[in-house]
Amino acid sequence: MPFKIAIASGKGGTGKTLLATNLADYISQREDTLLVDLDVEEPNDFIFIEGTQVNRVDQVKMIPSWDEGQCTLCGLCSKICKYHAVIQLGTFIAVFNELCHSCYACSELCPANALPMQAFKMGETRTMSKGRLTFIESRLEIGEEQAVPLIRKTHTMVDERFHDIPFQIFDCPPGTSCPVAAATRHADLVILVTEPTPFGLNDLKLAVETMQDLGKPVGVVINRDGIGNSEVEDFCKREQLPVLAKIPFDREIARRYSKGELVYTEVNSVISALDQIMKFVQNHFNP
Amino acid sequence: MNEIVVLSGKGGTGKTSITASLAVLAGNDAVIADCDVDAANMHLLLHPDFGTTVEFYSGEIAVINQAQCTRCRKCEDACRFNAIVYLDKKMQVIPIDCEGCGYCEKVCPTGAISMLERKSGNLFVSNIKTGTKMVHARLDIGAENSGKLVARVKNEAKSLAVATNKSFIIIDGAPGIGCPVVSSLAGANYVVLVTEPTMSGLHDLKRICAVIAKFRIKAGCIINKWDLNEEKTTEIQQFLYDEQIKHLADIPYDSSFTNAMTEGKTIVEIQSPYQELLQRIWNDIKTQLPK
Repeated sequence: MPFKIAIASGKGGTGKTLLATNLADYISQREDTLLVDLDVEEPNDFIFIEGTQVNRVDQVKMIPSWDEGQCTLCGLCSKICKYHAVIQLGTFIAVFNELCHSCYACSELCPANALPMQAFKMGETRTMSKGRLTFIESRLEIGEEQAVPLIRKTHTMVDERFHDIPFQIFDCPPGTSCPVAAATRHADLVILVTEPTPFGLNDLKLAVETMQDLGKPVGVVINRDGIGNSEVEDFCKREQLPVLAKIPFDREIARRYSKGELVYTEVNSVISALDQIMKFVQNHFNP
Repeated sequence: MNEIVVLSGKGGTGKTSITASLAVLAGNDAVIADCDVDAANMHLLLHPDFGTTVEFYSGEIAVINQAQCTRCRKCEDACRFNAIVYLDKKMQVIPIDCEGCGYCEKVCPTGAISMLERKSGNLFVSNIKTGTKMVHARLDIGAENSGKLVARVKNEAKSLAVATNKSFIIIDGAPGIGCPVVSSLAGANYVVLVTEPTMSGLHDLKRICAVIAKFRIKAGCIINKWDLNEEKTTEIQQFLYDEQIKHLADIPYDSSFTNAMTEGKTIVEIQSPYQELLQRIWNDIKTQLPK
């Protein structure tokens, strides 16, 4: 069984991508590693991982399509659909792809078989390779509003094709709602990246609550340590949340990140943070 | 009345700090809405009093009456979300996986399944320190951020603004490009983009701009922390020029933004050169709005 680490955070822009890319690249210097970018609305990991593309697949979701010739205009589909994605307008059945959840109810309950399911592109997944690192990125099509189906498809693909890679890191979307629950679903450990500010603390609290609700073990990484105040650390102490590492605020990190470069090769404080995280993983999970 | 939405694509660019500053500058001639319902932060700067709370229901969840259930497992077969499982000798619904489609209810031969309304969060209408109202919300843990709560926050803000004859609605939008963002854009007159000069910032800016273009809404952009990478700032300025998005201002990286935040204040409420800069930005935005 591979060991799966999800990198998440309540607040956006705290350093999820920085940690996910640097940690994955660092581990891959020694062993086979998988990095999966599940921030499908705004995937950024590819900027930092210069790999060779080995595969690209369209990801589809199934959507009903109206077969006018078969339809008896009984109106059942319109009544069944809880998402208002299938609507009867006079003698016309309109399907709103972006509202559809692919539940199949209208299609399979239609007495005339007039709503066959058809594949509709919602995004794509690319697989890249860099040394011992395999990198997978899923990217939502512009205009497509639901991230969860694409995140689920990506998990399925990882489990089918890459289950033999022992170390797997998942870069998750920000927030605390359904895309995060879907992204962290299979994780053995969730690392929450935060910053020592009131915004960071507020969103960390929400993220911790979410992960406890999902029953996930949590570790915290404090990024930009030195700015703001000590309230995040006080909170972790009070809640007995392990702080795995602190990455100091450093303009050099920010500058290299802005150029799309990995930072651990040049910045010692980042290497020692990565080492501390790995030590925690070895001690507590022995993957 | 004008509806102004602040968006960023990428998180952590300073979107909320800037929205809250604009809210303070607009004073009591605006209603404020926090549509980043998934990780709301604006209350930390504007200090709403959580005056009125309304429970928010969105979608449904399947509930199985075990006395009527014959364990035929037709519901399990029908469910595409694997939200119904046979466990401890009974059919059970996994709440986090149920998307409320109601297919199971339709196929159940004994009528053992019913669909119940599902609470997904709370909506608040508050008084804030600028003497106006703020509408904000808190999504329940793991709830579906379908954009419906965002739409509700916005509509509430709109009716308040109409009823009290305000000139502006100022909206803090969600990160990303998905349904909460699309919901916050519907009906907007102007978009303020906040970005940062990083490869990620520019990449995400381009994706959010593609979404805005679909809605044909006028937009302006602030490049925050511009001095972190001057080359990238120039590249973003060129992108804005090509896309005919007004370049509103460049703001340098400065710890006074964090300092203001730790005091629970916006940058325009503490002594700094940014009071003048933000005032200039707000004046510029006003001249951009449709007459």
